Amino acid sequence: MPNSTEASHRNHPSIRSLDYSTEIPGASHWSLRMRKGTVMRLTDTTGSANVGMLFYNPENLLERYNAPDSLKCQHSFKLTQGHCLYSDMGRIFASIIGDTHGWHDTVCGNSHASHVNRWGIRDYQGDRNEWLQNGHDAFLIELAKYGLGQADLAANINWFSQVQTDEAGTMLLAPSKEAETQVTLRFEMDTLVILHTCPHPMNQAENYPRHSVKIELGEAETMSDDDACLTACDENRRGFHNNALYHLGR
Amino acid sequence: MSIIASDLLVENARHTQNVKAGDYYIGVIKAGQTFRIVDLEGNQAADTLFFNAKEPSERYSAMDTIREQGNVYLTSGSELRSNLNNVLLQIVADTCGRHDTLGGACATESNTVRYDLEKRCMHACRDSWMLAIAEHPEYGLHKRDISHNINFFMNVPVTPDGGLTFEDGISAPGKYVEFTAVMDVIVLISNCPQLNNPCNGYNPTPVQIALWD
Repeated sequence: MPNSTEASHRNHPSIRSLDYSTEIPGASHWSLRMRKGTVMRLTDTTGSANVGMLFYNPENLLERYNAPDSLKCQHSFKLTQGHCLYSDMGRIFASIIGDTHGWHDTVCGNSHASHVNRWGIRDYQGDRNEWLQNGHDAFLIELAKYGLGQADLAANINWFSQVQTDEAGTMLLAPSKEAETQVTLRFEMDTLVILHTCPHPMNQAENYPRHSVKIELGEAETMSDDDACLTACDENRRGFHNNALYHLGR
Repeated sequence: MSIIASDLLVENARHTQNVKAGDYYIGVIKAGQTFRIVDLEGNQAADTLFFNAKEPSERYSAMDTIREQGNVYLTSGSELRSNLNNVLLQIVADTCGRHDTLGGACATESNTVRYDLEKRCMHACRDSWMLAIAEHPEYGLHKRDISHNINFFMNVPVTPDGGLTFEDGISAPGKYVEFTAVMDVIVLISNCPQLNNPCNGYNPTPVQIALWD
């Protein structure tokens, strides 16, 4: 791969190179296969983005991201730097090696057409690619490309959306943050990534929140023994051990 | 927390059954019928999934449920929603006061992460579900249909700073939760066999189920 023309990745010791950069508009969806040892960096260029994301094992599409397993083994309600994103088979799809946002939601699911209707009906004829897409349908479209459907959905991540609770458990979507916050994923096994840039389902903005995200792809440095995600907790050490068993002989 | 008792009498139920720890229960609750789960000895977790009986790819969704009610805990009045954001059932009585739907179900694979790689062969809820769908092909359920569940009687507090903690159960012997189906649903319960955490006091015990027309 060509060397990156951007120098900013040098700030992060776990990123060897960033080789491709693209901008995904709001209300859009995409999917791609990330190899073990690659990185994906997301940048919320406006401070208001939401990126819905799901992971599947391309070798066995029945293995998928499991939010409850990820949260409970790391004793966390939020996702941030140092956390690992687990499959239902006890393996780590990706680890969060960088995060300047600080709090990402993985319990609120997707916007449905019923949520988006408050801003209007989805109408490609009238709006072209400025249409009012919803997260649920966006996922169904990308999933269908791999033979997956509604039954394969799971709790997704909503990058750049912070949902907090009070003592009584009441949930609140926090206001937008400053522009240019970033989250960086390092893939620990080959992973099918399904993503959309549709609104968070709790977003009450006056107008349809159409916010793009910058996505950079590259390669990771070899993980060190004192890696922050590996050493974050004994659970993650055991998760990485499961990945090593999965890759035995490769 | 809202404690609401039920007027229904067990002697009038059309069906009752005890489900031992480590076993599963699968059955249909028709629209309008009411189903109760009783924590017979206290501090037990009943890991429960629901499916639209006519189209099982529509199923209980923890995310849609907590988001639409704006609260992460389940109790009386909670509408249990599907992945299409439709209401499957409604909790109509609850003498426990709070139930978890964030903690998921134990699995042999997640046991290796949470406790020890060498605990991979200890019985777990997801294995009970796998046996249930294998032994009951008539429901048309497959591994891809097994998703995020409710942990009735389990106490998993979320802290305002984003922590998730597993506390001693707030349930006690005889506490129960009761729900009425809005559409015909399949109910699939694993009575949790977990021996490694305090959710059931390290001592899994039976639950009772009851169904009324």
